Amino acid sequence: MSSNKKYWKSVGELSQDNSSVVEALKHKEFVEEIPVDEFLGDDKTMESSSTTRRDFLKYVGFSTAAASLAACEGPVTKSIPYVVQPEQIIPGVANFYATSIANGYDFASILVKTREGRPIKIENNTMASTNGTANARVHASVLDLCDSLRLANPKKGEADISWTELEAEVIQKLKTLQASGKEIVLLTQTFASPSTAKLIAEFTEAYGNVRHVVYDAVSESAALDAFEKRYGVRALANYDFSKATTIVGVGADFLGDWQGGGYDCEYANGRIPQDGKMSRHIQFESNMTLSGANADKRVPLKPSEQKVVLAKLYSKITGTSVAGKLSPYLEDAVEKTASELNKAKGNAVLVCGLDDVEAQTVTLAINEALGSKAFDTKTPSMIRQGDDKAVSALVADMKAGKVGGIIMCGVNPMYTLPNANEFAEGLARTELSLTFTMKQDETALKTQYAAAAPHYLESWGDVEMKKGHYSLMQPTIRPLFDTKQFQDVLLALLGKTLTYHDYIKANWKDSILSGSKWGQALHDGVFVSEANDKTALIDPASDANAAARSLAATPMASGYELILYPKTGMGDGQQANNPWLQEFPDPLSRITWDNYLTVSEADAKDIGLYLAPSDFFTESSHEATGGLNGKYAKLTVNGASVTAPVIIQPGQAKGTFGLSFGYGKKEAMKIEMQTGVSAYPLYANFNAVQDVTIAPVDGRHEFAAVQLHNTLMGRGDIIKETTLEIFNTKKSSHWNPIPVVSLNHQETPVTDPRVDLWDEFDRSIGHHFQLSIDLNACTGCGACVIACHAENNVPVVGKEEIRRSRDMHWLRIDRYYSSEDTFEGDNEKKDGFSGLSGDNGSLGGFVDMEAPSANPQVAFQPIMCQHCNHAPCETVCPVAATSHGRQGQNHMAYNRCVGTRYCANNCPYKVRRFNWFLYNGNDEFDYFMNDDLGRMVLNPDVTVRSRGVMEKCSFCIQSTQAVILKAKREGRPVAKGEFNDACACSAACGSGAMRFGDVNEEGSPISELIKDDRAYHLLEHVGVKPNVVYQVKVRNTNEA
Amino acid sequence: MLLLQVIFITEYFSFMKKSYQNFEDNSTNNMKQVKYRKFSLRFLLTGLLFFLAISASLHAQDGDPDKGKALFNTNCAACHSLDKKMTGPALRKVEQRLADDQGLDREWLYAWIRNSAGLIKSGDAYANQVFNEYGGAAMTAFPQLSDEDLANILAYTAKEKEIKVISTPSGDDGIETDGGSGVSNNLILAALGILFALLAMGLYMVNKTLRRFAEANNLDLGPETNRKPLWKSFVENQFLILVTAIFFLLISGYYAYGFLMQVGVDQGYQPIQPIHFSHKIHAGDNEIDCKYCHSSARVSKASGIPSLNICMNCHKSIYEYNGATTAEYDKAFYDGEIKKLYAAVGWDDESQKYTGESSPVKWIRIHNLPDFAYFNHSQPVSVAGLQCQTCHGPVEEMEIMYQYSPLTMGWCINCHRETNIKVKDNGYYEKIHAELSKKYGVDKLTAAQMGGLECGKCHY
Repeated sequence: MSSNKKYWKSVGELSQDNSSVVEALKHKEFVEEIPVDEFLGDDKTMESSSTTRRDFLKYVGFSTAAASLAACEGPVTKSIPYVVQPEQIIPGVANFYATSIANGYDFASILVKTREGRPIKIENNTMASTNGTANARVHASVLDLCDSLRLANPKKGEADISWTELEAEVIQKLKTLQASGKEIVLLTQTFASPSTAKLIAEFTEAYGNVRHVVYDAVSESAALDAFEKRYGVRALANYDFSKATTIVGVGADFLGDWQGGGYDCEYANGRIPQDGKMSRHIQFESNMTLSGANADKRVPLKPSEQKVVLAKLYSKITGTSVAGKLSPYLEDAVEKTASELNKAKGNAVLVCGLDDVEAQTVTLAINEALGSKAFDTKTPSMIRQGDDKAVSALVADMKAGKVGGIIMCGVNPMYTLPNANEFAEGLARTELSLTFTMKQDETALKTQYAAAAPHYLESWGDVEMKKGHYSLMQPTIRPLFDTKQFQDVLLALLGKTLTYHDYIKANWKDSILSGSKWGQALHDGVFVSEANDKTALIDPASDANAAARSLAATPMASGYELILYPKTGMGDGQQANNPWLQEFPDPLSRITWDNYLTVSEADAKDIGLYLAPSDFFTESSHEATGGLNGKYAKLTVNGASVTAPVIIQPGQAKGTFGLSFGYGKKEAMKIEMQTGVSAYPLYANFNAVQDVTIAPVDGRHEFAAVQLHNTLMGRGDIIKETTLEIFNTKKSSHWNPIPVVSLNHQETPVTDPRVDLWDEFDRSIGHHFQLSIDLNACTGCGACVIACHAENNVPVVGKEEIRRSRDMHWLRIDRYYSSEDTFEGDNEKKDGFSGLSGDNGSLGGFVDMEAPSANPQVAFQPIMCQHCNHAPCETVCPVAATSHGRQGQNHMAYNRCVGTRYCANNCPYKVRRFNWFLYNGNDEFDYFMNDDLGRMVLNPDVTVRSRGVMEKCSFCIQSTQAVILKAKREGRPVAKGEFNDACACSAACGSGAMRFGDVNEEGSPISELIKDDRAYHLLEHVGVKPNVVYQVKVRNTNEA
Repeated sequence: MLLLQVIFITEYFSFMKKSYQNFEDNSTNNMKQVKYRKFSLRFLLTGLLFFLAISASLHAQDGDPDKGKALFNTNCAACHSLDKKMTGPALRKVEQRLADDQGLDREWLYAWIRNSAGLIKSGDAYANQVFNEYGGAAMTAFPQLSDEDLANILAYTAKEKEIKVISTPSGDDGIETDGGSGVSNNLILAALGILFALLAMGLYMVNKTLRRFAEANNLDLGPETNRKPLWKSFVENQFLILVTAIFFLLISGYYAYGFLMQVGVDQGYQPIQPIHFSHKIHAGDNEIDCKYCHSSARVSKASGIPSLNICMNCHKSIYEYNGATTAEYDKAFYDGEIKKLYAAVGWDDESQKYTGESSPVKWIRIHNLPDFAYFNHSQPVSVAGLQCQTCHGPVEEMEIMYQYSPLTMGWCINCHRETNIKVKDNGYYEKIHAELSKKYGVDKLTAAQMGGLECGKCHY
């Protein structure tokens, strides 16, 4: 050939100094010889081997054939009926029991769904009149019952001991202590239980020198002290946010766990615009919290500034003058807020989350001065009783050897106390130490006796959550292990033979029920006592003024301030071994399996904790796989240090950091669950706000985040929102326009049948299910996520898999930050782009928009399968595994699925999840589906999916079908509203954001909601006609 | 009485060629339910002898033992047996025994039966003795029983105990009918074989004769051509090979398909259960409603294997089996199975008390739907009102339970396609049925038209 063309395969060939590698590669496939001889050249070994290659192949062939033949044989399944079947149990039919959770951190009246005697799901008790509904942790608590690492029997040191021996030995020691006059201490969680209180009083009487110390791991002591001082009751003021039109939060995450939580339902009620009105919410805070995310106006500031803000608000409302200096920005915010509060007067309410008695006193005084209707001191909340001073005194006394014996219940001070070492020293000096615990935790390892306590689903109990509002706790399963509850042992220690059940019953009949029926109370789970003495107001004004002045004089923190907070998924950490909660994405950071230090972007750059979002050449916050990385920082408070990974949190006040409690637990935890770092060592004096020094530490932390893109990029049609003013004054076509597409060069609404590829089915016959999600009411709490997990046997995949974006949540709550100050600003910026480059070009503009603002607007959007009537997933499935039902549900036949994943690729909402592994039969995923105990919580009505199949939200078709079947069996039409609680998510949603139902049922809430002006479909322009409707988010920006 | 006997004997002889085995039960009125089988004459004669012996003793009583038996079974059998101490004492010859041992007459018995508590209260010595002997549980009073009723019952209790006839049916029992058709088939085959052999022999002879003729007539048949063997020409014909290969591939494909399609289909699965529970005896002979034991089928997805306390509702008093037996399953066998039940539930038959030591029965599950298919029994049972037999087959004839239907998806769907919805008296269907049937232009909707074929109705 005459061509001179030289073809080259690599850059190396082009260069003049042809390396030997290039030369070698011209002739051979590999540069170096394949070292075949190394494993085949040794003839001696090859010959001496008893298994030749041929033999090996024979064995392989035989075993494969044998295995496949054996697989043709069906397994023999045994079926073992009861010997005597309990009357109320019908195999295959669920029973519901009303009970209560009261684990010292979470308190709620709930219904427990049991199947064949196994509790499998927590639901809300709609008869309950106490605050709130079951949150994510309560929903997940059913899995704690089936924790394989629970303490199975009482222990004395390392050795097992029987209950009779334990009780005998403890009585012996108590008698000795009593004789020697030494003090006996009961260190317990908050029980809020009238019967337990009575029992402890009896115990105190019997043993004389007894001190009862109540200890909350995450303390509300300041608020309790302030309330006690002012109203004479050790309780917390109760708030009904539905009665407030102006809500001001100062460092109080009242949509989270502030003062025990449970305020989100009433808050959400007031957030839904009705008759052109909705509440206005202003939040002053340091960390970005759920409350701040839902606020109409969020003011980031340091905790020390919060105190001054509070004092100034007090002064502007009461007219007392206080000193104190604030930045002009804050002065302005305070001015406006005060005027709004003053305008709203009785319709306003202010809440505060500072661990400071003065701040709490001022808060009470402000609400009194406003005459707030939402502020309630007559039925105060009893669910926090802990006393910091008593705990500190106890540790000191124990260290001094003044305490003879200590009996603990529901607390784990070795993990939660900042000065755990001192506590351990003190523990060693006691003659008797006994702890009631479900786990062999940090404390149980240090005590002489570890008494195996039952889970609350195995126990009796009563709770007075609000004054006069009682709940009962009843067992829903026979104890799984050899456990005995604290109260039963106390009774035994008192030498009584009756059980705690009898004791409660007698106590209720004597002093609570006042003639009502015990059986009815047990059935309802709740009882409201009519007799409710009013709280007297003691000394209202004087100390508040002083407190406000003292607050105003708070010196501004010179350094950084750390705010410790309980994370939505983990609370105080007692449920840390719960895989559902570990994998629960934090509503704000969307990070699973971790806690972290939240730092503002500006501070991160100052300190050197910043990783650029995406950069090819330097270290990046994201890896090629999308996995999120972070740097480490070492925090030091009062000599105690903790090293934590760092994330950049938009909205974090400059000069502050946030770190959550509940992580870093090591004892009685599966290896995979030992995540994060413990914040408790930094919780000095039980104050959540600490002065802190910070230093970067080498290393990269790998996070497992389920959302990697944080902004909407000006796509205002994903989360449609408007302001109350526009909502009230303009037509819905202005703020909720129907998207248009081009048809013959004419703009045509996408709802027009002419632009549709598909013929429409008649969906007016029979049921047609739709789900409405109100973006105004959704606080992002995540209870629905866990409820969906529990109902639908959603597997837990672990941190590594989440990092690979293989999360399995059927329902996720997307969280978006605005890139400008508001989402509206994003939209305007995007619309204003002209050209590619330049100052106003889209190229640079979109890069800017990927970064959230320093104090962004936040929006939550729960997303599950949208059950499109013209579903794109259905048309691409090669095996017709996914198809549409007449009732509107998009079905998924797992056994038909071959795992091509075309459907997931064609889904515009990215809601389909692929089973990469057999999570229920793989030791690599040792979470809950892999042991017999954890499998007890599986829902027997829902298939446990296998490897290689797609899965997704089914609109809980098992429940809708069950409702239909029930109606058929009873020969009646489906009753009004019967479908409303069919979906696990809508049933769990206490705020009423999610409403499910049959749109063909006349007068059902859903049939109204889908016609609402605010209703829109997600990505409507795609034309897939989803069966999930969202309600436009309305923000109340009216500064009164 | 005599007339009855005559009729009976006539009937008896009219069934000379058949047999029945539960002689004791059927001595009077149970003729219709008996399964007749062939049996030897010797057995028949033995039976007849016994029958005559019983009928002789009948004359000694003034009550009617037949009516007495019926009354006994309705009123007394829950607590009393003739020969066995149960909740109450054994009652065989109770009248005579009382007269002999205690000197008590029939009037005392009447008083006791009608109001035992009163008798005990009156301080009657023997009444109190019995009362205490049986754990202080007073016998239910039967004031409604007339003198005649009681006389009848006592007549029944006065009967001699019948000696059990141990059935010894001959080995070919039950197979004979099948054997008959087998023989005739064989015969036809043999005859055909002989016919073909004769034909072949005939042809051969004809051939031979013709050759002989040819030879005799000096006809030249020509030399024997060296023809190619058949197989060789077959091998050389590629078309034929192709056709054969395709044929074999199709055949093997057909069988492979058949094999694969039955993998996991356990139609006819008939495992041996830890207790030999005969559905034939319970659902067939005794006509117990399926849902008496499988009660959860009405409301639940699971039909439910009855818990042992359900068994004890009846078996507390039914401690032995008195129905028809076969060589394989004789009375001793069935009684043994009842003993197994007692052991499992922890019932001490002697003291008539629960010992508290139970061991649940590990039944082998026969109908196994895969986990990914949801099926709820209450839909076909309570809503559609289908008979259990529709899917489970003639359970009332199954000595050992087996899987009657294939339980494949095709089988489910076929039924849904063919079965109309039971709309009557069901408020749920009213509106939707009216609208849908109008839409489809039919009078009655099938389950399929209601949406019963949608994947998600069973797979979630």
